[in-house]
Amino acid sequence: MTKSSFSNIQSEYLAVIDHNKCVRCKRCIQNCGWGTYSFGGDKILADHSKCVACGRCYTYCPEGAISIIKNPTVIRENANWQEPLVKNIWRQSETGGIVISGMGTTFKYKKYFDHILLDACQVTNPSIDPLREPMELRTFLGKKPSKLDFDFDEKGEPVLKTKMPPQIELQTPFVFGAMSYGSISLNAQKAMALAARALGIVMNTGEGGLHDDLVPFGKNIIVQVASGRFGVHRDYLNSGVAVEIKIGQGAKPGIGGHLPGEKIGIDISRTRMIPVGTDAISPAPHHDIYSIEDLRQLIYAIKEATDYEKPVSVKVAAVHNIAAIVSGIVRAGADIVYIDGYSGGTGAAPIVIRDHVGIPIELALAQVDERLREEGIRNEASIIAAGSIRSSADAVKAIALGADAVAIGTAALIVMGCHVCGKCNTGNCSWGITTQRPELVRRLDPEVYGERLYNLISAWSHEIQEVLGAMGVNSIESLRGSRERLRGIELSDAELKALGIKHAGL
Amino acid sequence: MMTIDAAGIHYKELNRLIREGIANGVKKFFIENVNGQYYIGDGIKGDDVVININGTPGNDLGAFMDGPTLTVNNNAQDNVGNTMNAGKIIINGDAGDVVGYGMRGGRIYIRGNAGYRVGIHMKGYNEQLPVIIIGGKVGSFFAEYMAGGVIVLLRLEDDDSDELDIDYFASGMHGGTIFIRKKIDFSKFSNEAELYEIDDKDAGFLKEYLTDFANSFNISIEEIYKKPFYKIVPSSARPYAHLYTSA
Repeated sequence: MTKSSFSNIQSEYLAVIDHNKCVRCKRCIQNCGWGTYSFGGDKILADHSKCVACGRCYTYCPEGAISIIKNPTVIRENANWQEPLVKNIWRQSETGGIVISGMGTTFKYKKYFDHILLDACQVTNPSIDPLREPMELRTFLGKKPSKLDFDFDEKGEPVLKTKMPPQIELQTPFVFGAMSYGSISLNAQKAMALAARALGIVMNTGEGGLHDDLVPFGKNIIVQVASGRFGVHRDYLNSGVAVEIKIGQGAKPGIGGHLPGEKIGIDISRTRMIPVGTDAISPAPHHDIYSIEDLRQLIYAIKEATDYEKPVSVKVAAVHNIAAIVSGIVRAGADIVYIDGYSGGTGAAPIVIRDHVGIPIELALAQVDERLREEGIRNEASIIAAGSIRSSADAVKAIALGADAVAIGTAALIVMGCHVCGKCNTGNCSWGITTQRPELVRRLDPEVYGERLYNLISAWSHEIQEVLGAMGVNSIESLRGSRERLRGIELSDAELKALGIKHAGL
Repeated sequence: MMTIDAAGIHYKELNRLIREGIANGVKKFFIENVNGQYYIGDGIKGDDVVININGTPGNDLGAFMDGPTLTVNNNAQDNVGNTMNAGKIIINGDAGDVVGYGMRGGRIYIRGNAGYRVGIHMKGYNEQLPVIIIGGKVGSFFAEYMAGGVIVLLRLEDDDSDELDIDYFASGMHGGTIFIRKKIDFSKFSNEAELYEIDDKDAGFLKEYLTDFANSFNISIEEIYKKPFYKIVPSSARPYAHLYTSA
């Protein structure tokens, strides 16, 4: 067939320049990673079709001369044939391709966190003032013994006899979610590493290997093993505080990953230990894991390779039978299970998967916690909840639903300037986050954004302390899985049952 | 030298003894009465460490291994050389499924047959070139997603037909080379790879490795060269580059 260059798809946004304010400094041309702006001899010109509303240009315009507006030229409104659907039909009819996008789903599914309310103390039990009294947020991730044995020394003092399984110590119940070098820039990873060290928490390499510059941050890093086994070798397994086997990701349950060859430059090639320019394909399954027994085999292969000194985490996407799946994972020997809800982020995923596969983290979490308790194995593994934790309130609710800690990914990128434009897959990120173009990466200062990440997590931690104080508990431990402190609002009986909480007023 | 009697020992204890031995400077191990213990050689390091295994080792033999040589005087089971980085594994018999998954360096020589999913996502990097040579046959999903390295499939006991009883052979292959001793119509197996005659460079490479292989098992090199070699290489390092369109 002859290819037609004509496209039905009109610009989504307009980059409007106020030429009276514009001083032609050309900073917008320099800042835009998408090539929207050019200089027309006497004024700045904008190619609207390239604008993704990433917000970089107007943030850095010294005169405030740029406005990014939604293109007022409408596709005729229709509640059934919505604009993104129509545009994707055009897009696919023009290219024949699978539509991919970055970031989590843009669909307006119900957000259960927004229908859960927290409890507080009034009169009958006292609240606690966290500004004056100690409020413990410290969290240990790993297998906890079913019972403790003690010996007594000559003075009759008890001495712990039980050998504690290895733990990750977090000063506050947050971790940075797995984002590989390749999907994000090295500077973005460095910002998280600096923040993780300052906060006493951990970041996660994702499936992209461990860059030499991050090796000194080992005490604050979880290294990941996924189906492509990129950069995985014995020293890598031993270089962090834990090893994570990635089975699935909330944004794309059941499918693999694919870092296109044009992003595999020399440095990424060295870190992933693959040739320059070749596609880095992570197959959908690990081909050595076709069952729970096989998963157990890999968990213990890693434990053997790390001399049983590192907790092993297994990351899965929240899917329909998640409770049974996690039960199997715990029985397979995982020390930590990381559950990623359907609205979690990604560097690239087919939207048919991202927008239609998986279940909300809130429901998954409640079911998993319940199931593990019923089976008497909740102590065998810690649970990390992820899938768009947007605030400290989400974090508190997730912990009360049964999580030991929460992971943040998209929120961390928003700290670095991300405006959630969802174009991570293109590699043109103007903020230097999801790009490998040196002139874009250079603008992301790890020190500056490391400090901002520190600020965010510190602020959220203080907020959690306030909430705990209001609830009259002085430790995050006391809230963990305490669904009695939660109430639902605007939820059906089925939803309340799945969440294991009462309706507000009851 | 260290001899370990593995009879009745759990893998955890056996592998602890091996790691302890290596830490104490032992270079040569003889492990007797091995009976299905998992993870022998898992994550061990040292180019000069040699481990002789008498009996049948269990799954994940040499997983994450980085340098040593393992010789198995019998059959091996599944996941031999899983994500191995360097070293050598010699198996005087058959191997199970998933040989050399994600393997990045070193060599695996198998005298007999191997099971399904051999060489999936094998990859090379710089001077690291993983090589698997199989004397017998393999099952389906052979070299799926292969990204680098070399696999030689000899099928020494093969008949002379032009057919190959493997499904999903090299599907998704995007790097590396497979050598076989049969001219087959490769388009039947995979759109991502093609079959060619070997060139002088290939012949030189094969000679070096096949001599080593033949010497490891007392097979005559003439027997191996009775049939001509062909190579299978990917059509592209980017097989799926045109599959997607950005939202």
